Amino acid sequence: MSTALLYSFGGILLIGVALHRLVLTTDLLRRVVALNVFAAGIASLLIAAAYRGPEAAADPVPHAFVLTGIVVLVSTTAAALALIRRLDDLERSVDHDT
Amino acid sequence: MIWSDPSTMTPEIMTWDLPSLVVILPLLAAVAAFLLPSAAVGIGLGATALVGAASSALAARLLASGPEISHLGGWTVPLGIALRVDGFAALMLVTTAGIGMLVGLAASRSFAAKGATEAPAEERQRLFFWPLWLLLLAGLNALYLSSDVFNIYISLEILGLSAVGLAVLSGKAAALRAGLTYLFAGLLGSLLFLLGVDYLYAATGRVDLASLGAIDEMTPALSMALVLMLAGLAIKTALFPLHFWLPAAHSNATAPASALLSALVVKGSLYVALRLWVDVFAPTAGLGTLIGLLGAGAIVWGSIQAMRVDRLKLLVAYSTVAQIGLICLVFALTDEIGGETAWQGAVYLILAHAAAKSAMFLAVGRIAEHLGHDSLERLHREPLRPGMAQVAFALAAVSLIGLPPSAGFLGKWLLLEGAMRADAWLWVGVMVLGTMLSVAYLMRPISGFLRFDRVEGPVIMPSRLDAADLWPLGLAVVAIAMGLLAATPLSLLAVGSPFVVPEVVP
Repeated sequence: MSTALLYSFGGILLIGVALHRLVLTTDLLRRVVALNVFAAGIASLLIAAAYRGPEAAADPVPHAFVLTGIVVLVSTTAAALALIRRLDDLERSVDHDT
Repeated sequence: MIWSDPSTMTPEIMTWDLPSLVVILPLLAAVAAFLLPSAAVGIGLGATALVGAASSALAARLLASGPEISHLGGWTVPLGIALRVDGFAALMLVTTAGIGMLVGLAASRSFAAKGATEAPAEERQRLFFWPLWLLLLAGLNALYLSSDVFNIYISLEILGLSAVGLAVLSGKAAALRAGLTYLFAGLLGSLLFLLGVDYLYAATGRVDLASLGAIDEMTPALSMALVLMLAGLAIKTALFPLHFWLPAAHSNATAPASALLSALVVKGSLYVALRLWVDVFAPTAGLGTLIGLLGAGAIVWGSIQAMRVDRLKLLVAYSTVAQIGLICLVFALTDEIGGETAWQGAVYLILAHAAAKSAMFLAVGRIAEHLGHDSLERLHREPLRPGMAQVAFALAAVSLIGLPPSAGFLGKWLLLEGAMRADAWLWVGVMVLGTMLSVAYLMRPISGFLRFDRVEGPVIMPSRLDAADLWPLGLAVVAIAMGLLAATPLSLLAVGSPFVVPEVVP
């Protein structure tokens, strides 16, 4: 099995695991992690697609896609974590009041 | 929405890079509005007005001289990023800026500074509405003009993040919970889209729409890419049965935010789906029928839910699910004989729904403000009747149902005509059923407005015309007037229409 194929199957496996978790859990933090795993799977697929054999240089375009995807994912994860924390604060203060 | 005559324009405007301007201006204004909160209202309204003027000038230029492409930084495709404007894109630009302006004017009043008595939640809404709206505008405009699938992905992310920000602006726990579900659904949608982009690049080595559109043969890899991208977009557009996030997210947001989310944000991903479907990929009949069936499911399910819910805001949100389904019927029709007519109808329905639904959410916001609740059961018992907001709601309902001469009527008529010319009687039946169902659920609040026999005590009608009622009323009038003044938008839509085979220049 070639390296590129191995990475592709690894990516698909990650996507499958992430989707499974995303659908079955209601825990907010676990969902954030699942989405990050999903994105890592897609990144593996993209990097595998860039591979052009041991001699040739890899295709730079998918690498640029992955880098942009990482930037997007970091900011989205930050937004999700901020929202979760805020929701947690609100729920705690309600519990405290009653 | 002003359509200026191209002959009256100065020569400089004819050469300005307006496509770049409508993306960069709101982006810079968003940063400025965030850094200078005291001037945020002025910056927000000013930038929206400028983007509206630039979009109108661009539309006028398109009508005079056809579609145009702007290469950012002078780099050409496939190395650089190009912004492409055709009639469909220009129409969406003008509508977005116009509706954004009216919703923004409504928001500037409802989020007005209240001085020392201001609660933290109100202060947060006033401070953060404008940066978020301007980011949303930048994301939408970038989405309309993007000419390659990777840029579309980036624009979808900008759009998704700013939309979640708007959805949680009220800061209440229910809104936060709905906003998180919205964020997760939206992120899953855009990641599926990215996976599709990946397949597309692996199969063709290209990401720009023009060279992808030139590929005639649908290989399995291309079909896979199309299915993944459409699945991602279906989550973001809330196409049944992937609409699970929409009712909670739209009904728990503040009124101006709900108006923007329902009128513009779901249309962004629908725009991309329609563009990919019509411009880029060779028609795949089975997939079109599947999307049409999902649309039919959305009409039935959304309408039934709208008939059952007790909150007025939730009813309006479920009506969006049903209306999205109606527009998605076009996917089953573009490959047929009446394809172009059906496509025009779907585009017009997108515009009509944007105007009518923003009017409706603002009107519901006003009604809830007056009554202190938005329970449908209690509407007809209320002695207080906020007349002008109710008129705005009813006018918007006229366009949503599709009664002549509204814009909703024209869109539905064109879609029906397309289906009839294709002998697609199943879809004609679905549209007729959808219209009847929309009458049924929209009559629930309207009959509540008109019943007076259960009121205990005298009926109070605010006699003074409140300026805040003008904006929903204005949007509702736009939703009707666009049916009467359809000639210019339809001829703009024909500029660079994908159904016209371009003349080959020898």
